[in-house]
Parts: sequence; C-alpha cells; structure tokens
Amino acid sequence: MLQITNLHASIDDTPILRGIDLTINDGEVHSLMGPNGSGKSTLAKVMAGDEAYEVTEGSIVLNGQDLLELDPHERAAAGLFMAFQYPVEIPGVTMKYFMRTAMNSVRKNRGQEELDAYEYLSVVKERAATVKLDLELLDRPVNGGFSGGEKKRAEIFQMAMLEPSACVLDETDSGLDIDALRIVAEGVNTMRSPDRSFLVITHYQRLLSYIVPDVVHVLVDGKIARTGGKELALELEEHGYSLIEKGNAVDA
Amino acid sequence: MTTDPNATLDQWAEGSDYRWGFVTDIDADTVPPGLDESVIRFISAKKNEPEWLLEWRLKAYERWLKMEEPEWPHFPDRPYGPIDYQAISYYSAPKSDEDRPKSLDEVDPKLLETYEKLGIPLEERAALAGVAVDAVFDSVSVATTFRDKLKEHGVIFCSFSEAVQDHPELVKKYLGTVVPAADNYFAALNSAVFTDGSFVYIPKGVRCPMELSTYFRINALNTGQFERTLIVADEGAYVSYLEGCTAPQRDENQLHAAVVELIAMEDAEIKYSTIQNWYPGDENGVGGIYNFVTKRGLCEGDRSHISWTQVETGSAMTWKYPSCILKGDDSIGEFYSVALTNHRQQADTGTKMVHIGKNTRSNIVSKGISAGYGHNTYRGLVNIRRGAVNARNYTQCDSMLMGETCGAHTFPVIEVGNDTAHIEHEASTSKIGEDQIFYCNQRGISPEDAVSMIVNGFCREVLAELPMEFAVEARKLLEVSLEDSVG
Repeated sequence: MLQITNLHASIDDTPILRGIDLTINDGEVHSLMGPNGSGKSTLAKVMAGDEAYEVTEGSIVLNGQDLLELDPHERAAAGLFMAFQYPVEIPGVTMKYFMRTAMNSVRKNRGQEELDAYEYLSVVKERAATVKLDLELLDRPVNGGFSGGEKKRAEIFQMAMLEPSACVLDETDSGLDIDALRIVAEGVNTMRSPDRSFLVITHYQRLLSYIVPDVVHVLVDGKIARTGGKELALELEEHGYSLIEKGNAVDA
Repeated sequence: MTTDPNATLDQWAEGSDYRWGFVTDIDADTVPPGLDESVIRFISAKKNEPEWLLEWRLKAYERWLKMEEPEWPHFPDRPYGPIDYQAISYYSAPKSDEDRPKSLDEVDPKLLETYEKLGIPLEERAALAGVAVDAVFDSVSVATTFRDKLKEHGVIFCSFSEAVQDHPELVKKYLGTVVPAADNYFAALNSAVFTDGSFVYIPKGVRCPMELSTYFRINALNTGQFERTLIVADEGAYVSYLEGCTAPQRDENQLHAAVVELIAMEDAEIKYSTIQNWYPGDENGVGGIYNFVTKRGLCEGDRSHISWTQVETGSAMTWKYPSCILKGDDSIGEFYSVALTNHRQQADTGTKMVHIGKNTRSNIVSKGISAGYGHNTYRGLVNIRRGAVNARNYTQCDSMLMGETCGAHTFPVIEVGNDTAHIEHEASTSKIGEDQIFYCNQRGISPEDAVSMIVNGFCREVLAELPMEFAVEARKLLEVSLEDSVG
C-alpha cells in the first residue's frame, strides 16, 4: 500500500505541493490529472527523491516504509518505480548492461541473490516479449537515438524487469502517437496485479481509455481538488479543468 | 669501450673530478643534491657504463644546459614550479630494509584501504607499500621463472642497466634513435642522468609468449625518477607491454621525467599500455608528482604497428604525448587515452602522428574526464608529410565534465602536406548531468555506481584496448579516483 499524507514540497522556497493526501491500495490503479503547473510531475519527482525539491511537511509510506528517509536508489529497492516523462540518454552504456546493473543493485538491496549472465538474459527475453520491446534496442546505449515511442516502451520494459510494488507513470503518454500509446498501455496492463499499485499521471483522458483506472484524482494548485471514479476523467474531457478550478471542488 | 669498472673509475677520479672540484666516495649510496658533470660521471661509473654511453650522457647534459625549461600552460588552480634542479639528488640507491616499514601495520591505513578497494592481491600490497618482507622475495622467484620462459623464445627482457652490460651492441644501436638525447628539455635531462628502466628485444618472427607486465609490476619499484625504456621488435615480432600499476605509488621525488622509445621493424607490432597512478597531491593541490614524459614509437618497417594505450589518473601535473612516426609504408599508429583529473590535478596529454610512408594509418581516441578543480587538455598533432600518399587519420576527442569548477581544453593541430590524405576529426564535450545520475538512482543504482557506470561507458573504447585483467583494474581505478567527486 502506498500512502501519502499531508505532503508539502517546494522548489527554491516556492511551495508547489500544498498538502497532498493519497492512498493507493495494492492492486489499484489511480490516475492523477490536472492542468499544467498544478504539481503533477512535481509529485512524481518528490516521490522518487529528486533533490531539487524540498519536502517541508508530510510523509510518503510504501508498504510500511517511510520513503522520505531513503535515498533515491534505496526507494527503488523498496519497490518504487517511476517511468520518466523525458528519459535521459546515457552514452556508451548499453541498455542491457544498465538494466543488469540496476537489477542486481535492487536485488542486492532486497537481500536477493544477484542474477548471473544466463539467468539475466532469460529474464530479459521474457520481459521484452511482454512489453513488445525489440531486443535490438537493448544493445544500444540507454535511450540513445531512441524514438519517443521506443523510449517510453523501454521505460515500461525497465518497470517489468525491476518488479516494483508501486509504479508512477509521469505523463508517459506525452509525445506518443495512438499506436505507441496502445502498446505502452498494453504493457502496463499486463503488469497489473493484486500486489502492485499504479499512479498514472496524465494531462489527457485518452491514455485512460487504455489503462482504465479505479480512481481518478484531480490536482489543482498543489492540492487534490477532486476524487472520483473513472467517469470523472470523461467529465473533465468534456468540460475541461476550468470546472474544478472555478471552485466546484467536491470530495468524492 | 671500457667495461672494466675500475678503469672507468680511475679515469673519472683522475680526470674531471678535480677540475669540477667534486669528490665523492664511489661506495656512497647517494650523491648530494645538485647537478654538474661530475654527478653524471658518478652515475655512469656507478653503473659501470662503457665510455660511449658516458659521452652520450655528457653530450645530452651540455645540450640541456643551453635549453630552456618549457613554459607550458597550466591553470591557476594549482601553483607550479619553478623546479630547482640543483635541489634534486640524481642518484640514490634503493632504500635499505631498515628505512622501510617493517610490516603493513606501519603503513598509512588510507593507502591500504585503497589497495583493498582496487583488489590488489595481499602479497603485492606489501611490496607496493614498500614493506621489507618475504613477499618481495617471492616475487623474485616468480620473475625468474618468467625470465627462463622468455629466454627459451629468445626474448630479452631486463633492466636497462643489465642491458648495457649484457647487450651493449643493441643498446648502442637503438638508444636515442627515436627520442634524440636533446629532443626536449626533459628528455635531455633524462638522457644525462637516467638511472634505470627496462629493455626489451623481441627477435625476428617471435611472438612474445606473455604480456610483459606481472614481472614488471613488482620490479618497477625503485626505478627512480628518471626512467629509460627501450623496446625493439624485430621483423615480424609481437609484444604487448604494460607499464605501471593501478595501486597508488608513493614517491618522495616530485619530478618524474621518463623517456620511452619503441622501434617496430617490418611487420612487427608493439602494444604499449600504461596505467599511471602516481601520487596526485592532496585535495588542495599540495604535493604530488610532476610527470613529464617523452614517449615515442618509430614504425620503421613496412606494415609495422605501434599502439599506445594509457589510463592516466595520477600525478599533480602530467605532460605526456606518446607519439608514432609512421615511416614504413602501410604502417599503423594508434593512441587510446583516458585521462582523469580530480581535485587540483592537471593533465596535458595527447599524441603526435607523423605520417611519412605511403598508406599509413593512424587512429586517435582521447577521453578526458575532469572533476573538482581539475583541468584536462588534449594536445595533438596529425602531420602528413609530402610523400605520405593515401595517409589516413581518424581522431576522436571527447571531454567529460563533472561539476562547475573543472575545465576541458583541446588543441588539435593538423598539418597536411599531401592532398591524397584523408583526415577526420570528431570532438565532443559532455557533462555528467544530475539528471543522468538521478535516472540511474531511480533504477536502484547508487550515486557512486552511477558515476562509475557513466564514466566507464564514456571510456569504453579505450578500456577495450587494454589487456583484459588490466581493463578490470582500470575500471576500478576510475571508480576510486572519482569516489569523492559525487556530491
């Protein structure tokens, strides 16, 4: 279970998150929507431990562990995964090597045995097939020369490899055409399981046609202004965020 | 040629020492600081050298006196010089056991910690730290085994001093033919006062049966600050030679001015790999070695091939340009370099590729990494002479910066005298971004591992040129050298 309580965070003394409360039970998919500048991506980065942000109040607890007390790489080992909106390139480091390093770091941190080369490659093949990732991409440098769709698919592949218990997708749909969107969504859907929770951050409703959420939250000015079922996303699609911004916030 | 030590000594004693007003007991282990002709005569006599070599040294010394110390660029973050050449003692015998630490317990724990991190085998740690223990003697027997094996193949591999005694004809034939005695200020100084080094000769058609490394690694200790190396690969011969060691080596001598000469005959190949990790000084730039080295290879014969690979992480200041003279037709010169500067270190390194023969090819891959207040400079020359038809060069020169206070500089020079030449130059400067490190962190990789992974990715093409076991060591060395540069 992922539980965020009264979370406040700021950047350069400017408050961005102003008291977020959010609980995602195991197996649930929550969607976080909201207008530009409402703090959606900030929440994802704060959860992952980006040092540019300062948490001034509140807590983030994953499966009983306070993430705010952990360094970013320890949070990953604790089961948190974030799919980046803009995955960075790492020249000279192949995706295969990168993932092996990541996987073994996480396993070591979790007290599991490291995988040998043979075991690792068999996991790679299986998971790449799950998310329909071309194996050839894995021999290229991390995100190096990847198309927008390939980058996002590679993010989902990494998610599948690391077997997190909580996944945050930060605007994974941005810059994707409809085919790429569908493939990425399929990958996420195959990973849905009773012991894994998802927070899908998106500006648009269209992704939610493919990844159907259990709960939809709307973030406005660093606070959750409204929470509802999947039909809330459709309502927003129709009326826009202005409906909520005008002060019609109702707690579901 | 005089081989009788007493004859040389007598000559020296009767002749010039009076004139120079310098009398030293030849049994002394050290000469007082200072440099004049009598010191050179002393060194030569002490080493029982033939007359021609003494003459050669003296000529170099004369030339050196007339030369000016280069005012090489350096950056204000670290004060440099002037070096007081009269304050250096130019001959001192290896430390006796009484002066050495008696056991590892007496060695700086920080040094031992580094050995541990680098995975240096226990028995070697003592030797490297200068401990007088049996481990050192064990290594002598290992070395002897190697030597016997090499002898079977006709390979000569010995100290420079031994070569002067046992193979004077080879030394005389090749010494100074690639790096002339008065090539530059530091080479001239080295030619005048060098005390020892290594000599390798691979006979025709012989492929040296082992990397000339393990032996060297232990025996390279105490070769002094003016080291002289000469490697000759005769027709069709092959040798791979590794100099240095990943373990940080302490040395009280501040100035190191080595000379390395390589000669490859027809169809011969020499691979020369260096890992340089001399003491870089402390975080504030106090202390550390000045490493001013002249390294040059001559591709004398057709289809000969010389390849330099270096990983430079040590020294306060490095000036070093391992070069190739591509004289034979179809000869190949290569230079692969990783130079890492952290804290207040400065490295000015690169290569010269001089294309003389037809269809000569050269390949340059230089990777500079700067962290802290470090400065890294690539300085290279690609020179295509008029007769060098169809010469080809490819240069790739990449710099990586970590943080806001370091610097990277590149000074490539290309001179083309034949318009059939084909030259490519690629350069890039990148920064290890916090976003890259954060990305790795989010995947569970610690900041230290992330930096070393990114740096190793950056250096991959160069590390791939190192013999396998040293590539592994070099990787660890890069990690350790950057350890405290991650905020």
